[in-house]
Amino acid sequence: MDDLRKRAKELLEASAVKVVIGYENGTENKTRAIFVEKPEDTGKLIFDSRCIMNLASYLTKHEVKNKGKMAVTATLPVMRAIIQLASEFQVNDSNLLVLGITPESKLIEFKDLAEVESFVHKYQIEIDVRNKEMLDKIDKMPASERWNFWIKELAPCFKCYACRAACPMCYCHRCTVDFNQPQWIPVPSHELGNLEWHIMRAVHLAGRCVDCDACYNACPLAIPLNLLTKRMLIDAKEHFGGYQPAIKAEHLMSTYKPDDKENFIL
Amino acid sequence: MNSDRRLIRKDSLEKLFKALKQNNKTIIGPALQNGKISYKISNNYSEITSDYIQTTQSSKEIAFPRTEKILAYSKNAEGMSVKGIDIKDIPEIVLWGVRPCDAIGIGELSAIFNWDYKDEIFNNRLSKVTVLGFSCSKADEYCFCTSVGGNPGNTEGSDILFTQLGENGDYLAEILTEKGSLIVSMAEALFERAGKVEKEKFLVDVPVRFNHEDVRNKLTTFFESGEWVQQSLKCLGCGACAYVCPTCACFDIQDEAHGKSGSRVRCWDSCGFSLFTLHTSGHNPREVQSQRWRQRIMHKFSYMPDRLSVFGCTGCGRCSRACPADMNILEHLISIQEATV
Repeated sequence: MDDLRKRAKELLEASAVKVVIGYENGTENKTRAIFVEKPEDTGKLIFDSRCIMNLASYLTKHEVKNKGKMAVTATLPVMRAIIQLASEFQVNDSNLLVLGITPESKLIEFKDLAEVESFVHKYQIEIDVRNKEMLDKIDKMPASERWNFWIKELAPCFKCYACRAACPMCYCHRCTVDFNQPQWIPVPSHELGNLEWHIMRAVHLAGRCVDCDACYNACPLAIPLNLLTKRMLIDAKEHFGGYQPAIKAEHLMSTYKPDDKENFIL
Repeated sequence: MNSDRRLIRKDSLEKLFKALKQNNKTIIGPALQNGKISYKISNNYSEITSDYIQTTQSSKEIAFPRTEKILAYSKNAEGMSVKGIDIKDIPEIVLWGVRPCDAIGIGELSAIFNWDYKDEIFNNRLSKVTVLGFSCSKADEYCFCTSVGGNPGNTEGSDILFTQLGENGDYLAEILTEKGSLIVSMAEALFERAGKVEKEKFLVDVPVRFNHEDVRNKLTTFFESGEWVQQSLKCLGCGACAYVCPTCACFDIQDEAHGKSGSRVRCWDSCGFSLFTLHTSGHNPREVQSQRWRQRIMHKFSYMPDRLSVFGCTGCGRCSRACPADMNILEHLISIQEATV
């Protein structure tokens, strides 16, 4: 933590960055984002196991990125999100510096995003055991039971879109659900409206989701909507040889090859 | 009417629940789902939980549902038929286990729905609701009812307010309205005479953290403050705060057509969304999140007291608990009060 504060202070003093995005203590033992712009405020920065929010969501936010070059405290899921964002031209070396935190909670310096990418590629995205078990259980359900499972789980959703807001990959200026000419997704949070929203969200994240669980952690109603994106990751692995964010990548959902398997077309 | 104070034994609450069911009341009470406490239709007393500080969502849905079909139409050879909501189709609801900061919110919400236009659907729904409030013996860091004029044993908005007299104790029942008396009449024997009870000593102490009138005064010259940008940098721009809020009343009207029939649906909306103020021209008067955050605070602490003589905040703390970015409204209101500009 001292290393992090020291480095953040140096960067701000040297004007190498305009803002350091990190974590600070929040309410009731939670942590939250802090945007440090003055060297004397770097003492507020913290890092510990409670820091699970994906700060990459802020890197595409208008009022944050307009401050100038950003440095961000980045754990492995945050770094993965950054690489995916770089591949989609949302961040680059001129506007972002990564203050990496290794899975062993050590500060690691990166010269550029290419170095971040190499670090990220040392680790595979693995779905945790508890969620894997849940996904297996859902897979084994007969179609009607699976349908009812999702209808019931999605029923409480009131479409606050916290899942979208907290997702680093949901940076679109105008989301599909915000269009009304034509209207693709029903606005009311009734059965059909909720179902279509969550399916659309999951499919837009196929081959982009870095499995950080920001959507699930953000949901005020604790809907297990991350199971949908986790399932997409498994599908990406089975059908397209896995998924690892890369700066120069062929995107899973927007790349066509003549020898692509078509066994998923019913 | 003056409140009638009675005593109800702890074990008698279940009997009261059964008596209400026998009188064909739909009981909505706090229940656990996915680790969160929500208001649910309760068929058995065992489904109701009493161990909670506050429910995740407010009880506003009983009069202002998240999605409500306000009319249905169909076209046929004879012409067009339109059907609205029939008050007879709205069930008689007993809202069980409402905290005082939620009960008072119903009045604030009502002020909005009766400002100029009297919202018939809202009023009809509300007329069928009886509120059984339960005072607070516990609070958390998010609670601030006493800073906005409330308190953990506030009777306002409840038809009966129950206060537990110590852990595992019996309950003081303050019967506050005609609707409350009607509930008592359904199980008269359960309500005993109460002796002298000092209710206040069983309530949690929620310290006053700011003065809402001071905040209101500060806001009259605070519109251009840089504080809004500072506070809202971490705001992600979702609508969680508005949707869990007991007094947020914004809605959107959607028409859902299917061939020759369809319906008009009222759905919750939020000033936190950029789409909320987007004009057809493409211009958006609230272009960035700081302007939307300012609107949220101004509406609750300046515009509402100016126009409706009520504040739009009950201090329930739900918005802060639900916020994925830990935007703590209490902290922000204190900084507004303390700001020098």
